[in-house]
Amino acid sequence: MNWVNTILQGVLVGGLYAMFAAGLSLIFGVMKLVNIAHGDLIVLAAYVALIVTDGLGLNPIASLLVVVPVMAVIGYCLQRGLLNRTMGDDILPPLLVTFGLSVILQNGLLELFSADSRRLQAGALETASLQLADGLSLGVLPLIQFGLAVAIIAGLHWMFYHTALGRSFRAVSDDPRVAQLMGLNNRHVFALAMALSLAIVAVAGVFLAVRTNFDPATGPARLIFGFEAVIIGGLSSLWGTLLGGILLGVVQAAGAELDPGWQVLAGHVAFLAVLAFRPQGLLSRASR
Amino acid sequence: MPEAALLEVEALDAHYGDFQALFGVSLSVGAGQVAAVIGANGAGKSTLLNSISGLIRSKANAIRFRGEPIGTLSAFRVLARGIAMVPEGRRLFPSLTVEENLIIGGQFKRPGPWTLKRVYEVFPILEERRHQASTSLSGGQQQMVAIGRALMSNPALLLCDEISLGLAPIVVRDIYAHLRGIVAGGTAAVIVEQDIGQALAIANTVTCMQEGRVALQGRAGEVTRADIQAAYFGV
Ligand SMILES: Nc1ncnc2c1ncn2[C@@H]1O[C@H](COP(=O)(O)OP(=O)(O)O)[C@@H](O)[C@H]1O
Ligand SMILES: [Mg+2]
Repeated sequence: MNWVNTILQGVLVGGLYAMFAAGLSLIFGVMKLVNIAHGDLIVLAAYVALIVTDGLGLNPIASLLVVVPVMAVIGYCLQRGLLNRTMGDDILPPLLVTFGLSVILQNGLLELFSADSRRLQAGALETASLQLADGLSLGVLPLIQFGLAVAIIAGLHWMFYHTALGRSFRAVSDDPRVAQLMGLNNRHVFALAMALSLAIVAVAGVFLAVRTNFDPATGPARLIFGFEAVIIGGLSSLWGTLLGGILLGVVQAAGAELDPGWQVLAGHVAFLAVLAFRPQGLLSRASR
Repeated sequence: MPEAALLEVEALDAHYGDFQALFGVSLSVGAGQVAAVIGANGAGKSTLLNSISGLIRSKANAIRFRGEPIGTLSAFRVLARGIAMVPEGRRLFPSLTVEENLIIGGQFKRPGPWTLKRVYEVFPILEERRHQASTSLSGGQQQMVAIGRALMSNPALLLCDEISLGLAPIVVRDIYAHLRGIVAGGTAAVIVEQDIGQALAIANTVTCMQEGRVALQGRAGEVTRADIQAAYFGV
């Protein structure tokens, strides 16, 4: 029963990792941009949620109604105002700019909020749980988090293949020059993708902040987890991203069960194993 | 020029870094007219079309459309003005189906006769294959998608970059027969080819390019094949 419990908890945490990863792989898929600041943007979202919950007295889940649109607008402006200027045939300049952005975000948050670690309070919801069997109970909050992760991945998948926006994303990803010839304004399409990515980041940031303490320096570790989930699952597949997140969560939980110090290490080892033996990822279609 | 020109290219230069690819190219296309641009590989034909379509930026006045300078506009704004391109090598979107490729061409729809239904009437085979990946089609069918995709925006001017490249002669004749119908419907065209035959038969004017310069230009009936051959080979 103990192991069943461990694996189930790992699966639920994996939903959060899948959320970290979904925004990252969306951006990479549409514009071949590796966003080094992704983890710090998750932390930024957590601080925005902190302000909203403190200022408006909202519960963290309700604060999503404000945090998600705020982060989406930040994403759109970030892309149009800064990142688009660096996009071109060379992928290095945008990579370096997001690295710089990561440093700026960490320092900015440190100035504004100090290095104290914070947490979002979700009240009774934090401890609520469903008793499945003796010694096996699942927290309500992790369940909501996992359900949202699945819904986000399913929604993204549907959007990609059944909407005009998704069609534009695929076209721009295939061939940005010809996409412009067809009347697509790539800068606008890129900015919409970043807005969507940061909307997902907002959800991930809020759930992260309810689950664990955060401070201005916790971003890079979230980036690593998201990155590992993307690579494990496969870059070109959204369902692969969900699978990657879940596997990472389970492997980490199993590692922690064996020895608390092995939690993060086990995830890195799984990541390296996938890179070594199946670099296209577990669910990736033929490499493009 | 008696008729008011739809497109006027005047003293157009183009550069790739330090390399100058076009030197003072001029070209004029009247409404509903067809201009053939002929030249060997590397003559600058694609560079000319890419400049007109806005993929390569130029001086504002080097390219005028309906009398307005468009040289500095982005490609998507040029499309909105009514210039659509069938790019060299077809360049369909591989992760889009045939129908999605067509729809994406029409998302900036100007008023006019071209709709998905009309494209399928002209190219029935595409309707049969509408849900297939565009990469699964034959070269000729892919070229039909590329032409249909450009028509979906209802352009006043169609830019065609080597649409016969890599296709069997019988397929080329078929594509050109369709093109004739499209032009008869009032759409003007700039047709770039390395091969003189088909393009010359449909064109009102001929421009021969050589190493980034116009080597010969005139009305289709007035320049002889011998003139063109001479310009083509630079003798
Ligand atoms: N992206 C590019 N970068 C540098 N040089 C280029 C580029 N595209 C074309 N050229 C050069 O410009 C000249 C004209 O090319 P192009 O317009 O493609 O000719 P054409 O279409 O007539 O074959 C050639 O010398 C070619 O090598
Ligand atoms: Mg060419």
